[in-house]
Amino acid sequence: MESRRPETVAAEPLLPQPWIVREVIRETGDVVTLSLQPGEGAAAMSFGPGQFNMLYAFGVGEVPISISGDPADASRLIHTIRDVGLVSRALCGLQPGALVGVRGPFGSRWPVEDQAGHDVVVAAGGIGLAPLRPALYHLARHRARYGNVVLLYGARKPDELLFGVELEAWRQAGIQVEVTVDHADAAWRGNLGVVTTLIRHARFTPEKAAAFICGPEVMMRFTAAALEERGMAPERLFISMERNMKCAVGFCGHCQLGPEFICMDGPVFAWPRMRRLIAIREL
Amino acid sequence: MKHLRDVIAEHPFFQDLAPDHLALVTGCAQMASFKSGEFLFRYGGAAEHFFLLRHGRVSLEIAVPGKETFRFQTVGPGEVIGWSWLFEPHQAQFDARAVDDVSVIRFDGKCLRGKCEADAALGYSLMKRFARVLVQRFTDTRLQLMDVYGKQAP
Repeated sequence: MESRRPETVAAEPLLPQPWIVREVIRETGDVVTLSLQPGEGAAAMSFGPGQFNMLYAFGVGEVPISISGDPADASRLIHTIRDVGLVSRALCGLQPGALVGVRGPFGSRWPVEDQAGHDVVVAAGGIGLAPLRPALYHLARHRARYGNVVLLYGARKPDELLFGVELEAWRQAGIQVEVTVDHADAAWRGNLGVVTTLIRHARFTPEKAAAFICGPEVMMRFTAAALEERGMAPERLFISMERNMKCAVGFCGHCQLGPEFICMDGPVFAWPRMRRLIAIREL
Repeated sequence: MKHLRDVIAEHPFFQDLAPDHLALVTGCAQMASFKSGEFLFRYGGAAEHFFLLRHGRVSLEIAVPGKETFRFQTVGPGEVIGWSWLFEPHQAQFDARAVDDVSVIRFDGKCLRGKCEADAALGYSLMKRFARVLVQRFTDTRLQLMDVYGKQAP
């Protein structure tokens, strides 16, 4: 089983298409979701869960942002963006009606459909829930096709938790949703502790499960280790990598990690392909 | 109603415990419950027990006079709380407060220490189980300290 290489790449992958901001949702203090519709000359986009686009804030720059919308809804393009730098700040500050340059979709997908009949563990840390949301939409919609489905979601603090409405909808759809935060005061009545602590309470059979993990690299390392400790095979663990992507089509080499181009071979990788590479200090 | 011995045998902490050891630990155990907000134990108090959680969650925290209590972890069903009963001076190192109504199996530390001294195999089995929990907690704490979701995260 492998993460899926893209089946669809734009005809002119280096040429941004104009998309218009239709709606802006402020998720948390520094996270915004943009809903985009095609502008003049741009075509609606189909994508797979886990893929990303290059978003261009005109006059500022371009960054890779995972698609966080529902893959079954091609009428709009959804991106959830955390304000961490110059370009992401500009994107977070856009208002309805603003124009964004979009290239994509790029990269490999979460191999969701390959898991039919199996248990699925989705482990997300912080903004890492955004690239997993398309997979969760799919799992919820086709819940009967899968065994136990578990979402383990960790955030820094309660007010940094994303997608509250969806978390409840996924619970209603029969997904075991477990949420924790690293830090909280007495007002928080939920779980307190790192996301790996949730693995002990998750209902799945390690021998028949696959896991999709997305979050900071350290979080993914700890989570993969904890899942392996619970008995999961490394080749059934998948992570989504992030690096400094520029061209997004494997020309420039900015995102190269050892022999892998994160933009083209990833961002979704089977864990054995990444385990050694992300532990090399010099890379 | 299930026998206490069976309840203990089904708890993950005592998974695969030898039958003779199961009988020994059961002799030091009793069911207990705590209402939401009650303390299982408090920092500095005598650490006379440890607890296997069956239902509900417990918050582990450190009270700082004049400041808001620092909460560092919640533990839930299937987990264990309390290891200070094993080590002198047998004093609790933090507070454990019930978040929900909680039901536990409470073990008498003095009773169990005596049995461990008399039966080294039981002592070794218990030590391995507690060492595993301690390693897990330290691993969790390391990840928590790294503040991986912060903007200055490593």
